Amino acid sequence: MMRRIVLPGSVVGNAKSKLPGKGVFKEGDKLYASRLGILEDKGKYVNVIPLAGVYDPNVGDTVIGVIQEVFKNAWIVDINAPYPAILNMEDAPWKMEYGETAKYLKVGDVIVALIKLVDEARNVEVSMKGKPCRKIEDGIIIEVQPSKIPRIIGKNASMLNILKKYTQCWIFVGQNGRIWIKGEDDKVDLLIKAIRKIEKEAHTFGLTERIIKMLGG
Amino acid sequence: MLIKDGKRVDGRKPDELRPIKIEAGVLYRADGSCYLEWGGNKVLAAVYGPREALPRHIQDPTKALVNARYNMASFSVEERKRPGPDRRSIEISKVTSEALESVIFTELFPRTVIDISIEVLDAEAGTRCAGITAAGVALADAGIPMRDIPVACAAGKVDGTIVLDLTSEEDQEGDADLPVAIAPRTEEILLLQMDGHMTYKEFEEALELAIKGCKEIAKLQRKALLNKYKAFEVG
Repeated sequence: MMRRIVLPGSVVGNAKSKLPGKGVFKEGDKLYASRLGILEDKGKYVNVIPLAGVYDPNVGDTVIGVIQEVFKNAWIVDINAPYPAILNMEDAPWKMEYGETAKYLKVGDVIVALIKLVDEARNVEVSMKGKPCRKIEDGIIIEVQPSKIPRIIGKNASMLNILKKYTQCWIFVGQNGRIWIKGEDDKVDLLIKAIRKIEKEAHTFGLTERIIKMLGG
Repeated sequence: MLIKDGKRVDGRKPDELRPIKIEAGVLYRADGSCYLEWGGNKVLAAVYGPREALPRHIQDPTKALVNARYNMASFSVEERKRPGPDRRSIEISKVTSEALESVIFTELFPRTVIDISIEVLDAEAGTRCAGITAAGVALADAGIPMRDIPVACAAGKVDGTIVLDLTSEEDQEGDADLPVAIAPRTEEILLLQMDGHMTYKEFEEALELAIKGCKEIAKLQRKALLNKYKAFEVG
């Protein structure tokens, strides 16, 4: 099967037999791609998986955020999206009184959070309650293109498991394009190189094999 | 005499374009970028966003703002240009923003702004067309949802003949210049300006020729974008 790269305005199907999915729009009786990406034409919908673009927050995503501003009862978090997110005092994992927010998270602190709400006006709220959420105290954060995140994780986390297995590093991938890494210095260097390679060659075949080879498998 | 034996000053036929070279994704820091060489023009376009529109009062809760900035480098013309925006480049920035806005799905990113920076490094007639063409590629490279990739090309009248893609000499000495930007798939007109005098019949002929030129350039734009991803394709 050939992977077809489509561009804005490319014809991707017939509107009579298929429905427009993500990254596809209908005009007349034809379907067109609206953005640069890989065509996915299975089942009822025609989708375009983007190869570029900013992070678009969705409810339920786990993201890595940076505290931007501290209020008496909430924090503003930069989640690498066009919209800043709000973290309310009640959604933090600590019990605190009004005005005590600065004791727990300061400007510049990094957290793992869940997207709790995205409304029509694109107001975003995050929560720190639940499994992966925490304040990040050590390790490093790298940023990649958010559109390459699915490839870095792989099918059933296959790529992520390979990266973990060969580098013995702690890796946490945020849906917003930020990756938290912890490990020995030289292993971390190798891991970052591997991630950059995945980012660059995300649209190609046989990438998994090349990554294993690169990591000395 | 600008046209001799059916040939123009640079040896082209009336309906022939200058050589064009397009490269997508040249800037690391931008979300999308494009470098374009079109005859003597050298243009660099960069796209940032969609990102939070600041200050907040400029935000539109229903759609994204499209903010193109056309700038000519001081060394891009023969006589040093005083740097910074002038009356001409402010106008071109405005019409370019509006041309690009009409193909972007702005309603998908409310309260944001898409910044497009068009830098003219070397100028030789038709820089606004080169700018829009480069911006179109940069927008697609940035993964911004669009109805089509915008493209622009000029036509004009020189020595009573309708010609495509004027050079600076033809632009200055000729009778009329007609820059046109279109969405090539539907042939919708995104920008149309005219400088000089043409009859209605000549205008129609020039418009048709410009659209033909645009469609030719649109093919080059698409090729440039696909090339960026082909480089890593393994056999």
